Amino acid sequence: MLTILFDGIAYGMLLFILAVGLSVTMGLMNFINLAHGAFAMVGGYLTVILMQRHGVPFLLCLPLAFLGSALLGAVLERTLYRPMYSKPHLNQVLFSIGLTFMAVAVMDYFFTSSQQIVQLPEWLKGRTELGDGTAWELGMGHYRLFIVAVCVALTLALQTILSRTRFGSRLRASVDDQRVAAGLGINVNAVFLLTFAAGSGLAGLGGALGAEILILDPSFPLRYMVYFLIVVAVGGTSSITGPLLAALLLGIADVAGKYYIPRFGAFIVYFLMIVILIWRPQGLFVRKGGKA
Amino acid sequence: MNATSSLHEFQRWKRWEPVFWLLALASPWWLSGHALLINEVAIVALFALSLDLIMGYAGIVSLGHAAFFGMGAYAAALFAKHIHPDPVLGLLFGIAVSTVLGAVASLSIMRGTSLTLLMVTMGVALILMELANKLNWLTGGADGLQGVIMGPVLGRFEFDLYGQVAAWYSLVVLFVFFLLSRRFVHSPLGGTLMALRDNRLRAQSIGIPVAARLALIYTIAAGVAGAAGALLAQTTSFASVEVFAFDRSADLVLLVVIGGAGWLYGGVIGAVIFKVLQDWISSITPQYWTFWIGLFLVVLMLVGRERVIRPWTWISRGKKK
Repeated sequence: MLTILFDGIAYGMLLFILAVGLSVTMGLMNFINLAHGAFAMVGGYLTVILMQRHGVPFLLCLPLAFLGSALLGAVLERTLYRPMYSKPHLNQVLFSIGLTFMAVAVMDYFFTSSQQIVQLPEWLKGRTELGDGTAWELGMGHYRLFIVAVCVALTLALQTILSRTRFGSRLRASVDDQRVAAGLGINVNAVFLLTFAAGSGLAGLGGALGAEILILDPSFPLRYMVYFLIVVAVGGTSSITGPLLAALLLGIADVAGKYYIPRFGAFIVYFLMIVILIWRPQGLFVRKGGKA
Repeated sequence: MNATSSLHEFQRWKRWEPVFWLLALASPWWLSGHALLINEVAIVALFALSLDLIMGYAGIVSLGHAAFFGMGAYAAALFAKHIHPDPVLGLLFGIAVSTVLGAVASLSIMRGTSLTLLMVTMGVALILMELANKLNWLTGGADGLQGVIMGPVLGRFEFDLYGQVAAWYSLVVLFVFFLLSRRFVHSPLGGTLMALRDNRLRAQSIGIPVAARLALIYTIAAGVAGAAGALLAQTTSFASVEVFAFDRSADLVLLVVIGGAGWLYGGVIGAVIFKVLQDWISSITPQYWTFWIGLFLVVLMLVGRERVIRPWTWISRGKKK
């Protein structure tokens, strides 16, 4: 039972890493970016290519995946996304779905539609068992432990950046009132560019980390888009902790549901989401007076 | 001009409209080789009409409209398989089932921002897809529901291999629903919908029961979408979990936007453009159709629909620079 709980937590944390970038772009920049999964897919594919064709070690691949998708995000932000900021949400949704469709077809064209497999280094493959044979048996895959560690580090780092640094306060100022922020001498465009790049980079990192656990093939962005959106919608978009808790809840519910009642695997997650959103339309954890 | 006469002015038929419908209803004749495509277009047009009712007239954005489409499809297919093979009865049954579902689901659309709305509508469709997938004994699971045999329409017209009867059947149903929707949105009741689309708070303050109206239009639209789904199941003698797919909902929003929302012809024209484009592109590059539709979508959103369909404005924009 503890094993399931642990797997659920690890899975939830993976979802969090994947989705937190989206919560940054969607919550802070108020842009509904359904193409987020495409950036994650780019990160995943980058890792696979670097490892298999060029023999780059896994640990080095992670920052490279981050940088690669961040760069792509920056380029796209400057060229395509910026004119869309002022458009209605529906246009943003359609625009980003269009990007996703394109990404799916391009990946299919270059890498075929088959699944890509990541070979983990030896030291991440093992598994630690605690309390053998009892009802409270806990089995922890080393890779999942690794994911949890990365996630904790990321959360602390993000929280610090957003609440303690000069960049964080500039970002919050730009979000709350672009014109006033610009009047105070903040380069709003640069702030948004950096934020969007960071969000895309986080997606890429999540994709790289998740390539082993999730199925990485060209339909990746569409398949997991729903999960990212659930995390962000349920968690609320105004903080880092909201999506984290939502991702954990979702991960545990999903893993436990698939284990105990496999007949209705994904059903539980969607059901949970609808109930929560009807109950609290702004998400579970919303800062009072925050931007809706 | 007083209010009544301005409403009457709105609902008067324009001169080109009868021509449009005559051409459409005659199309299985003069395009007899494309009857299957015409059938598909008519079904998608009906589905788009339904989305336009909620999106264009009531401002409800949905990424899960396929829920009702799929419900109608399964209901009609199961009805034909287990109860009675008559298409019209099956159609009515499909409409009834999806209308009930719409009434239940309308409870979920009252609250929240556009994001919540997108998520909840999508969630409903995904839950139904999951159900259709898991309820093997009823729906045939991932393989789809096979062995649906349809009787002749009105007891006289057998469905033929070339799809002519199917095309007529779908076109007539589309036409009937179009007339009903046209009548509805031009009625005072339809007017209140547009009022609450434009400003919900103001609509409420002049005494329009917002929640009740939203629920009403959502339920009606669900029924229309169910009719489209039923037509698909009946004319293809097949229903699969794919009817609930997210792509279907997304494509639908797209084609209503192409055709223009809040104008009943928008969905119909969008459906024609979209399906013909799809047919054409996928005959050239069958595998990468999604790339082109994606590109189209991105360009459409960046440039703006108004400018894409009015090429002459491209030049004047260049002059300004």
